[in-house]
Amino acid sequence: MAVSLGFHIILAALGIGFPLITLIAHWRGLRTGDTHYLELAKRWSKTMAVLFAVGAVSGTTLSFEMGMLWPGLMGPYGDVIGLPFTLEGVSFFLEAIFIGIYLYGWKRLSARAHFFSLFPIVAAGIAGSFFILSVNSWMNSPAGFEIVDGVVTDINPWAAMFNPATGVQYLHMLLAAYMVSGFLVAGVYAWGWLKGRRDRHHRLGFIIAFSVAAIASPLQIVVGDMAARRLIEAQPAKFAAMELITEGGSNVPLTVGGLIVDDELVGAIEIPGLASLLGTRSFEGELPGLDGIPPDEMPPVNIVHISFQVMVALGTGLLILSGWFGVRWWRKRTLPESKWFWRAASVAGIGATIAMEAGWITTEVGRQPWVVWGLVRTEDAVTAANGVIWSLLAIILIYLSLAIASVITLRRISAGFREGAEVATPYGPPSDESKTSRET
Amino acid sequence: MMLADVIAVIIWLGISTYAVFGGADFGAGIWDLLSGGPDKGRRPRALIEKAIGPVWEANHVWLIFVLVYLWTAFPEPFVSIATTLWIPLTLAGLGIIFRGSGFAFRKWADTVARQRRYGALFAGASALTPLFLGAVAGGVASGRVPLGNATGDPMASWINPTSILGGTLAVLACAYLAAVLLTREAMLDGDYLLSEYFRIRGLAAGGAAGAVALIGIAVLAADAPSLYDGLTSLRGLLLVAGSVVGGTLSLLLLLRRRYVAARPAAALATVAILWGWGAGQYPWLLEDVAKIDDFAASSPVLWSLIVASGAAAVLVVPSLIWLYRLTQIRSLGDGEVRADSTEARFRKTQPNE
Repeated sequence: MAVSLGFHIILAALGIGFPLITLIAHWRGLRTGDTHYLELAKRWSKTMAVLFAVGAVSGTTLSFEMGMLWPGLMGPYGDVIGLPFTLEGVSFFLEAIFIGIYLYGWKRLSARAHFFSLFPIVAAGIAGSFFILSVNSWMNSPAGFEIVDGVVTDINPWAAMFNPATGVQYLHMLLAAYMVSGFLVAGVYAWGWLKGRRDRHHRLGFIIAFSVAAIASPLQIVVGDMAARRLIEAQPAKFAAMELITEGGSNVPLTVGGLIVDDELVGAIEIPGLASLLGTRSFEGELPGLDGIPPDEMPPVNIVHISFQVMVALGTGLLILSGWFGVRWWRKRTLPESKWFWRAASVAGIGATIAMEAGWITTEVGRQPWVVWGLVRTEDAVTAANGVIWSLLAIILIYLSLAIASVITLRRISAGFREGAEVATPYGPPSDESKTSRET
Repeated sequence: MMLADVIAVIIWLGISTYAVFGGADFGAGIWDLLSGGPDKGRRPRALIEKAIGPVWEANHVWLIFVLVYLWTAFPEPFVSIATTLWIPLTLAGLGIIFRGSGFAFRKWADTVARQRRYGALFAGASALTPLFLGAVAGGVASGRVPLGNATGDPMASWINPTSILGGTLAVLACAYLAAVLLTREAMLDGDYLLSEYFRIRGLAAGGAAGAVALIGIAVLAADAPSLYDGLTSLRGLLLVAGSVVGGTLSLLLLLRRRYVAARPAAALATVAILWGWGAGQYPWLLEDVAKIDDFAASSPVLWSLIVASGAAAVLVVPSLIWLYRLTQIRSLGDGEVRADSTEARFRKTQPNE
């Protein structure tokens, strides 16, 4: 399940961010009449189509897995968290419909209708991520029901959807999706730039995609800070593990690096008082520590801490890179010349993806041993069927091959663009079959 | 009628729509599988590619809908189905992954060998997925899913006479629906020979589906007596009769090359048999195990689902109709570039493009 989700989250992020970037390019193309923009939109739409297809099928399979692997979650609580899933179904539906129209509408649909078919795709991405994130935030902050004698009653699905964690978690993920998409797409053009492809096409492709990510980056720091500080009260165990705070209290040092080995903190750089300052805006602020967490409610501290630090470090790096781009653009309206900028920009997408995965590991592993915080333990939620572990192993292998095939296909598409190749008919030499049959 | 029944009806509507649209989609993959080597199969495959390219993703969202509604409105029965029948469900899930990604990748493969590999993945998985989904339906319909976390027999729950019947019928129905769809698609492109190609295949698949359904009566009488009793009640018989009428009518229309009219008739045959199953099982959600009303979620939850259905009806249905209409007036995909299209803007400024 974790593997499927970890795979799906990348595709989902691209499914949210890519349409926005395409929309900007398409819009600029219509406004300026510069076909470079439209060409970019067209190429991106083709890439988007492959990614969306793989994302759609991996997402469908996830909805099977929910019931197969997590009966202890879906049995008692399936009704509590069903509403956002249903609404996500609606937005996903719209996304699938309009992506079909946009992708196939270049030649025979009016330019107006074609352009407008992009909007539902972007909107559905924004809405759909809200619904899915509301489920995840519900797992962190369960709301919208009462438990009387061990039975879930008095369910209010709307209150469950708008639980206290939804707002920040949603914004955090939405911005992450824009950053991942923007940096990944820009990275392709930055790579081309390093290899000497410095035409207008590469320039525009880079600027559009990188700008989206560069605008999202500083906002992400603000939202991320809100998300982390919310945990001090809401999920102290997660917070303490993220910051690796061994002893709670005031004037808590910030732990950079470090691991817990045999209950001892080793290899860390401690900056006095900084954790309290960051967490509460005051050196005197009280923070929870791992010493206050009962042993049977302790998450795997090291994993949470490392993944959190990886996310923060990468996020900071991306912010600096965005700042570099932003300042240069603001002062001179040109792109940085330094090779180091372009090297960094070409791997920024991978960095953003790792940061997103690390953030996801932080929130998921940080919630352990609970699957629904404070209510359902992971071990109680999992299926009782034997042999499911083998199906998991198979799924891991399949996702791996799917990832490889996607990358190969995308590389082939981009190579095809460079050579100006047209799409081949299935199983045949490249011929314009549909056109000939239309004329006869 | 209780609120839970309304939700059950909505779920059944979702299953019906999935069976017709998703079914035609799977069926197109089945014909892709059966259309022979690279030379022989080129034309039918090109038509299949064209017919389902813009719509296949939307066609499969219905399944997500059904699953989500099921777990929201009936969490405990849903979990029981998912954990007992995890093997065929996992296989169906993998089938969905393989067919979708195979289809998407094939489009971009640069050699015939690679296209064939991805094509085989798409087409093979298209044939197997409905088989497993039908087997799941058979397991539920014959009362082999007890309540609880993986309490049913992991093998016999889906390898049994009713499941085999369900799987076979599903595959044949998919093939039939797709053939009916593709006859008309071929005619839209003015390809008479290709429409004949699918007409013959449609008649064969439709005849086979009818024959299997007849044999199925005996299978159900022996293996799923409760469902059989339900099917032979007045309500059940009416629906079965509807399916027989729809099936016969669509075969006749196909025979007389009335391809447009054959579509709704074939859909009727499929939907009526599904509703026959539903009506035969009612009020049981899991046959002989769990009744709809006893295992439904509380009413605020059910009402929220009604609201979501309203949103879907307002937003999704018109969009979907627009999408299908665009495919039927050939406004999507390749063809002559229209003067006011986005593509035309390229050509205006870039004559060499």
